[in-house]
Amino acid sequence: MSVNKWTAADVARYVIENKQLFILDVRNKDAFEDWKIEGHQFQYLNIPYFDLLDGVEEILEQIPTDYDVLVVCAKEGSSIMVAEMLAEAGRHVAYLAGGMKAWSMYLEPIKVGNLNGGGELYQFVRLGKGCLSYMVISEGEAAIIDAVRFTEVFTKFAEEKGVKIKHVFDTHLHADHISGGRHIANETGATYYLPPKDAEEVVFDYTPLTDQLTVKIGSSEIEVGALYSPGHTIGSTSFVVDGKYLLTGDILFIDSIGRPDLAGLAEDWVGDLRETLYRRYRELANHLVVLPAHFMIIDELNEDGTVARRLGDLFVENHGLNVLDEEVFRKMVTDGLPPQPNAYQEIRQVNMGKITPTNDEQTEMEIGPNRCAVR
Amino acid sequence: MMIITKTLDAKGLACPMPIIRTKKAIDTINSGEVLEVLVTDKGALNDFKAWAAAGGHSIVEQKEEAGVLYFYIQKA
Repeated sequence: MSVNKWTAADVARYVIENKQLFILDVRNKDAFEDWKIEGHQFQYLNIPYFDLLDGVEEILEQIPTDYDVLVVCAKEGSSIMVAEMLAEAGRHVAYLAGGMKAWSMYLEPIKVGNLNGGGELYQFVRLGKGCLSYMVISEGEAAIIDAVRFTEVFTKFAEEKGVKIKHVFDTHLHADHISGGRHIANETGATYYLPPKDAEEVVFDYTPLTDQLTVKIGSSEIEVGALYSPGHTIGSTSFVVDGKYLLTGDILFIDSIGRPDLAGLAEDWVGDLRETLYRRYRELANHLVVLPAHFMIIDELNEDGTVARRLGDLFVENHGLNVLDEEVFRKMVTDGLPPQPNAYQEIRQVNMGKITPTNDEQTEMEIGPNRCAVR
Repeated sequence: MMIITKTLDAKGLACPMPIIRTKKAIDTINSGEVLEVLVTDKGALNDFKAWAAAGGHSIVEQKEEAGVLYFYIQKA
């Protein structure tokens, strides 16, 4: 039997198309428990590769023959070794090229919907990390919101669409992943915006993203308007796009809300978070479709792979929007928070321009789930 | 002062080779003796801990110098 090589894009199809897959993850147990490839219909077996050096006979029984089987490790070396052993034992299996490292980096662009006058809105789903970036396209121009660090994905996409990137926004200073925003702006001549309250320590030039700031994409009517919505960070800003979509950054997710502690000021910011979620957002139209900067669990994906839900539905379904008692809310978002994202303090330093790690170092810093939410 | 029975240079090798070589090397020393392993693959850090724990070996010392990880593994 031969061993097939799958790319991260192949795995993404299985996630989005709801297919069944059996994953043999050969990383060590801690790494697997911390973070794995999530799919609606995926099954898992975690056996560290170093337990299989003497052979795979003992685990053959646990590996199905009626499913696609994918062997996964951190980079790919160990998964190739184990996949080859399984092939020698007569099994038909594949390994993931580039391993979890490649999975963490993969972005799938999905169209969310059409905008006025032929405009389009795309969501870039980083399945392995749960990051969501956006591109608004209209009449030959584009705006990008919360770009991750793989700048060429966005610049190439814009090229394919024949549009010029004019505006690049970050809703806040990210702590879980490295922003590609200012690099895209540098490469394309676009304007880079950051909320000034999050940018007090940054060492590069930026255009202040202030409340009510509005830019037009293309010459027609598509507006991207800023709405100051602090709480995850003190500068966090949302966007209303074309009167249809609400880009919430890390303030409001589909099944959770933003955590206020990643800049070390949970107690100070919990009031802002409450104000944003329970007053500012309540004043917005229920028909707006919420597009967050993250998802946490695979159940938050819609059938087409997008992460999007009506604001009115979230007011009913999202637990974090339904805690009437302020004291209970305060406790929920300050006590017993999940662990913080990997290397979050260093990532903030990178996003401020204070340190410039190598590409490999950046990959290492971003390993693991994003953990920006309180559920 | 720790007595090193054997040294394995696994610098430049990518996963899974450092562990494979280490396993072979540990098979050649006696219980209680110490194997020194030099690795540059950063992924080795957690893998060595987990591998040693699974086999009952103890990592009596580990350090990093000039981008090289040093593990001192006492055989079970």
